[in-house]
Amino acid sequence: MDWALLLDKTILIVIIFAVSLGIAAYSTYGERKIAAFLQDRVGPDRAGPFGLLQPIADGVKMFTKEEIIPNASDKFLFIIGPCIFMMTALMTSAIIPWGKSFNFGGHEFGLQVADLNVGLLYLFAVVSIGGYGIMIGGWASNNKFALLGALRAASQMISYELAMGMSIVALLLINNSLSLREIVDGQAGDGNVWNVVRQPVGFLIFLICAFAECNRAPFDLPESESELVGGYHTEFSSMKLGLFLFAEYINMFISSAIIASLYFGGYHFPGIDSLDLPQNIAAIVSVAVLFAKILFFIFFFMWVRWTLPRFRYDQLMNLGWKVLIPLSIINVLVTGAWITFFK
Amino acid sequence: MSLYLFLTLAILTIISALAVVFSKNPMYSVLWLIVCFFTVAGHYVLLNAQFLAIVHLIVYAGAIMVLFLFVVMLLNLNAETEPHKSNLTKIASAISAGLFFVVLIASMRATELGEFSLPNKSNIGFVEQVGKKLFTDFLLPFEISSVLFLSAMIGSVLLAKKEKK
Repeated sequence: MDWALLLDKTILIVIIFAVSLGIAAYSTYGERKIAAFLQDRVGPDRAGPFGLLQPIADGVKMFTKEEIIPNASDKFLFIIGPCIFMMTALMTSAIIPWGKSFNFGGHEFGLQVADLNVGLLYLFAVVSIGGYGIMIGGWASNNKFALLGALRAASQMISYELAMGMSIVALLLINNSLSLREIVDGQAGDGNVWNVVRQPVGFLIFLICAFAECNRAPFDLPESESELVGGYHTEFSSMKLGLFLFAEYINMFISSAIIASLYFGGYHFPGIDSLDLPQNIAAIVSVAVLFAKILFFIFFFMWVRWTLPRFRYDQLMNLGWKVLIPLSIINVLVTGAWITFFK
Repeated sequence: MSLYLFLTLAILTIISALAVVFSKNPMYSVLWLIVCFFTVAGHYVLLNAQFLAIVHLIVYAGAIMVLFLFVVMLLNLNAETEPHKSNLTKIASAISAGLFFVVLIASMRATELGEFSLPNKSNIGFVEQVGKKLFTDFLLPFEISSVLFLSAMIGSVLLAKKEKK
């Protein structure tokens, strides 16, 4: 075992976790501010300048609230549900290439935890396991609303995972690799364009499915307040509720990173190589570029949430099974034909 | 190193598999089965078959077990609703399980444990290799199994439609 490598990866993982949690915390602030902006209000402005300390106040509130575990609940599963949801949300960050590698006096410091040759499939495996957190939490509450929310979450995840997988297949046909770093690098350099240009339909399908997988509006049926009280987290209180809500924001951050990496060139921007920067500065620039793209997509997630109303459940299923899946299969066929006949 | 990993994984696999059978609550059985699938995926990784490991997780732990969990949640099984089993079925199941155990022990006695080494550094389980094998040497079984899946899908749609009338 190479100790330098182990140390590198440990440092990187700690940094990524800290950044994910920080961004998730400030996403809650951002969400309220953007909601306020879209509804012509002021939003949170009491805690600190511009309300910037609001996430910290929220965190303290969550931690110090009374911890309630319902008597009729399954206590072990009730606690482990939010833990699984949080854990899987953090696990997906392992395969994302966050930027070009640094060089500290001859020592390469790569900005990707694991460049798996099955990277994208790993992503799918972890995402599908994330659903268990919701299902277990919802079932263990022993509450009809929570159970309904959990069932909705599970069926929604299965339905949209299919279309998501098919849209990825078309992407793989073009990029010839499952490794995220190779997909990102394949979108830079001479004659290469961002995948969103080569796969516009696939991008649209992937984006819609990402909304559904994150349980974000207009697909937030598992927790729709107007009919299910709070959905799968009705019975949760204190930090266990905090974990559910927080993990949702981490999921949003990670899916923004993945959308940016898969379809928008990741840490590249057109002309990044022609600048001829020193390696460390190029690395910083590449990270900044990726985060600019990620922040845009987080904004986009919020923009959609405060613009569109929620779907009805049958509309959700119709969209998934009768529109997105056939469309993604046609997309795969067209992409395959294009590669066979024109390349 | 890999021997200890294997032993740990193997013990975990057996424990979780036993827990599936011994759990009183069907919900816990399903969850233990998911743990079991994870440990089996770990074995695949030890054999350098990353692709198989991940596909195993996606298909079994990610999709099939979600459906299992779905059904168990909806049925809301508990002790009162459990159908009463007569003594005859208990005796029959005990005898058949015992017979199966005898067969297992006999076959284990008969097998010779030869030298076995883990195929280190082989790329056999990578996506490219699996794909090439599937579309050259195993093309016919691959296509036939896809037809099988198609017929299963059509069959289930047909069954679902019949109920509506």
